[in-house]
Amino acid sequence: MGVRDIYGRSDYAIIGDLVEHGTRVLDLGCGAGELLAWLKENKQVDGRGVEMVGADVQKAIASGVSVYQGDLEPALEDYPDHAFDYVILSQTLQQTRHPLQVLRSMLRISKRAIVAFPNFAHWRVRMSHLSSGRSPRTELFPYEWYDSPNIHFLTVLDFEHLAQKEGWKIERRVFLAGRRNVTILPNLMAEVAVYLFSAR
Amino acid sequence: MITQAAIATFDSLDLDCGVTLAPVDVAYETYGELNADKSNAILIEHAFSGNAHAAGDDGWWANMIGPGKGFDTDRYFVICSNVLGGCRGTTGPGSINPATGAPWAMTFPPITITDMVRLQKKLIDSFGITKLLAVAGGSMGGMQALEWAVAYPDSVRAALPIATTSRHSAQQIAFNEVGRQSIMADPDWNDGNYYDQRPPARGLSVARMVGHITYMSDESMRQKFGRRLRAGQNKFEVESYLQYRGSQFVDRHDSQGGFDANSYIYITRAMDSYDLTQRGSLPKLFENIKTRFLVMSFTSDWLYPAYQSLEVVSALRSRNCDVAYCSLTSQYGHDAFLVEVNEQTELVRGFLASTFREAVK
Repeated sequence: MGVRDIYGRSDYAIIGDLVEHGTRVLDLGCGAGELLAWLKENKQVDGRGVEMVGADVQKAIASGVSVYQGDLEPALEDYPDHAFDYVILSQTLQQTRHPLQVLRSMLRISKRAIVAFPNFAHWRVRMSHLSSGRSPRTELFPYEWYDSPNIHFLTVLDFEHLAQKEGWKIERRVFLAGRRNVTILPNLMAEVAVYLFSAR
Repeated sequence: MITQAAIATFDSLDLDCGVTLAPVDVAYETYGELNADKSNAILIEHAFSGNAHAAGDDGWWANMIGPGKGFDTDRYFVICSNVLGGCRGTTGPGSINPATGAPWAMTFPPITITDMVRLQKKLIDSFGITKLLAVAGGSMGGMQALEWAVAYPDSVRAALPIATTSRHSAQQIAFNEVGRQSIMADPDWNDGNYYDQRPPARGLSVARMVGHITYMSDESMRQKFGRRLRAGQNKFEVESYLQYRGSQFVDRHDSQGGFDANSYIYITRAMDSYDLTQRGSLPKLFENIKTRFLVMSFTSDWLYPAYQSLEVVSALRSRNCDVAYCSLTSQYGHDAFLVEVNEQTELVRGFLASTFREAVK
C-alpha cells in the first residue's frame, strides 16, 4: 500500500517515491505529520516538521513525529546550512509571503528540495476565468478571492522559468491530474506539479 | 502501581559555591518497574514547592503519572526526588548541620539548579542507570530537565522541559524577591533561626499568595472568582482563596507540615541565579547534544512566557537537534502544566513511545 492509498493526496505518493531511504527530511507545513510518519515507517528517514496549526502539531507529536509549531518562513532561518537531505514543501508555496526566499532557504538548509504546487495554468482554471470573468474557482482553487489562503499564483512554466533564472538543477518533474501522470502539455494538463531540484 | 518511597544517603556532594556537603540525604519515590537493561527510567523533576510524591494518592502530578497515563508506569520506571535545599526529606537549610548539631538555617551553603541536578545524578547512578529514557518537568522542574541535557548529554535520551526557561527574566526575579522580602520582614523569621520557635508563618503565607497570583491568569481569575463576595463575609472570593492557599502552605494539614521558609529563600535564589547562557550561548551549549526534546509552553502563561521556551527551541533548531515544540492553548496561566492533562498526556505518550522504540532498537 502506497501513501496515495493511505492518504489520498496524490502528491504524497510521488514524494514518498522521491525520498531515498535513511535520509534526513524536513517537511514544511507538515500538517498532522502523516507524510513524515509514513516516511519514518517505510523509508526509515530522520524526519522533522514545521506546522502552524496547533491541533495538527499536537497530532503529529502524539504520533511520534518531531514537529515545531511556528511560521515556516521565520522557522527556515534557524536551521543550519545543509542540515537535511530533503526539504519538502507540499501545496504551500502559493501561500507563502516570500516564495523565492523560501525556495532559496530550502536549498540553503538542504541538498535537495521537493516542491508540490497547484498549477494555476491548468485548463480548468483558464476556462473558469475565461467563462466567468471572475477569479477562477475550481476544485484545486476552491476559494473566493477574499478568503483564499493562496497569495501567489504560479504555473508550471513559471516554476521552470524561475529554476532556469536561479540556476537550479531540476532532477525530477512529476505532473499529475488526479491520480494520473500527465505526460503531455503539463502547463495545460497538470493539476499539481512536483519538482525535485537542487542548487547547481 | 508498584510504589516505593525511600531516602538515599550519599557521602558527599560538591557544590558550585565550593563547599562540600557531607553527608547528603535525598528523599525519592519510584513508580513502576525498572526493566532488565535499565532503559525505561524516567526522572520527573518537581517545581518550586513540590516534593518527591509525584504520583499515587495526592501526588502533585498524579494525573500524568500512573498506569496508562502520559508517563505510563506499566511501561516505564518513574523516579521523582525532592530537590537539594528542599524541606521534604532531602538535605536543606532545615536539616541538621553535623558540625554544630543544630539546623543549618541561613548558614546552609548557597545552592544552584546545577547542584540539584548533580545530586540527582548520584541517585540515578545508584540505581545503575547509565542513560535515562527521559527527564521531564515544568517550571523549575523544566530548568532541571534542561540542565540534565546540558550537563549529562550522554545520560539523557529525551528531555521534556515544560513551561520553563534557560534563565529567569527580571520579572521572575522580581516576584521571587517579593516573596523573600515578605518572609524576611516577618519578625518571626529571626534571621532564619526559628526552628525551635514560632516560624515566620505570616511572611511565608504572603509570599505564597504572591506566588499563586503569578501562577494564574487574568482570565482564569475572572472565571474562578470574578468580583464575587464570600457568602456572609465582607470579603472577595479571591482574597479568601489566596488567604487559604497562603495558610495551607504554611500549615498543611497532611503529615508533611508547612513549607520551610528558609527553603523558600534558598530555592528561589537557586532559580533566580540559574542562567544557562553564562556557560556560553545556547547554540554553543547544544552543539553536541543528541538528546531529543519535547518543549511545551502555554498561551496564557505570563510567568514563563512562550518566548522563553522558544529561545531554547530556536537554539536547538540552529543545531539541528531533534526537537518538537508545541504552544498549548490554555486559560490557566502557569498552572496549566499541572492542569491541562489531556493534551499533555497525548503529546507525552507519543513522544515517549517513539523515544523508547529508538532506545530498544
